[in-house]
Amino acid sequence: MAEREAQEVEALRERLEREARAGGYHLNPDVEFTSALVEGLLTNQARYGYPSCPCRRAAGERAEDVDIICPCDYRDADLDEYGACYCALYVSRDVVDGKKEAGAIPERRPAKREDRPQFRGEAAPAGSGIKVWRCRVCGYLCAREEAPEVCPICKASRDRFEAFAWPPG
Amino acid sequence: MEHVDGTVDPGGVVLYALSTCVWCKKTRALLEELGVTYDYEYVDLASPARQSEIEGEVMARTGRASYPTICTPTDCVVGYRPDEIRLLLGL
Ligand code: SF4
Repeated sequence: MAEREAQEVEALRERLEREARAGGYHLNPDVEFTSALVEGLLTNQARYGYPSCPCRRAAGERAEDVDIICPCDYRDADLDEYGACYCALYVSRDVVDGKKEAGAIPERRPAKREDRPQFRGEAAPAGSGIKVWRCRVCGYLCAREEAPEVCPICKASRDRFEAFAWPPG
Repeated sequence: MEHVDGTVDPGGVVLYALSTCVWCKKTRALLEELGVTYDYEYVDLASPARQSEIEGEVMARTGRASYPTICTPTDCVVGYRPDEIRLLLGL
């Protein structure tokens, strides 16, 4: 890798790490592994014009690939279920602490194009059927399957969230 | 398709990978550590027509198109799963 590229990789890795920490996420602490993924993100940025997931084949059109622009639509569900995103660029606290290992996980992105979030023509209003969680500390609300590991606003842990609204049915 | 000569040739081993993917890199490193003779193709660097062709083939054989996928004439392993890959190659 040329020196300039190495500097670019390091600069982006540091920025992603800062942003992850600020939002209650963790970048994989294995710097060599993470740097290789960051290099892939930069390659894809240059190739497609957006930082498409390094571990997935991009179609090369933003509308097709929008669900796999990093961070992808599947990151948080994979963090909750497996402790790592598909590439293992982002990992859970347990992985950082060495209580769990990040490995190969199944692909969550639907194989069929029409099942992907950007093409799912829902009859019901967008977002219906999703739980809403409330941070008891600061009142932050989010609509997702599980409460986040850490509140992105006040940094309270997941066990300080309560169910705010449950989907009907 | 690129060819890598090793010391053991299980016969017809093909790896479909992405040039940007770290798990694909690990898979290649494992194959080289095992000294396997194999062919590989970086799907993301192939022509659009070839990409669709590979995607269709991998989909037909594994029910999904994700990488790395490593195949022998009889079976495939999807993802960097060292134990399953060793088993697939009989090593
Ligand atoms: S799997 Fe991880 S690295 Fe890949 S796009 Fe999703 S968040 Fe980014």
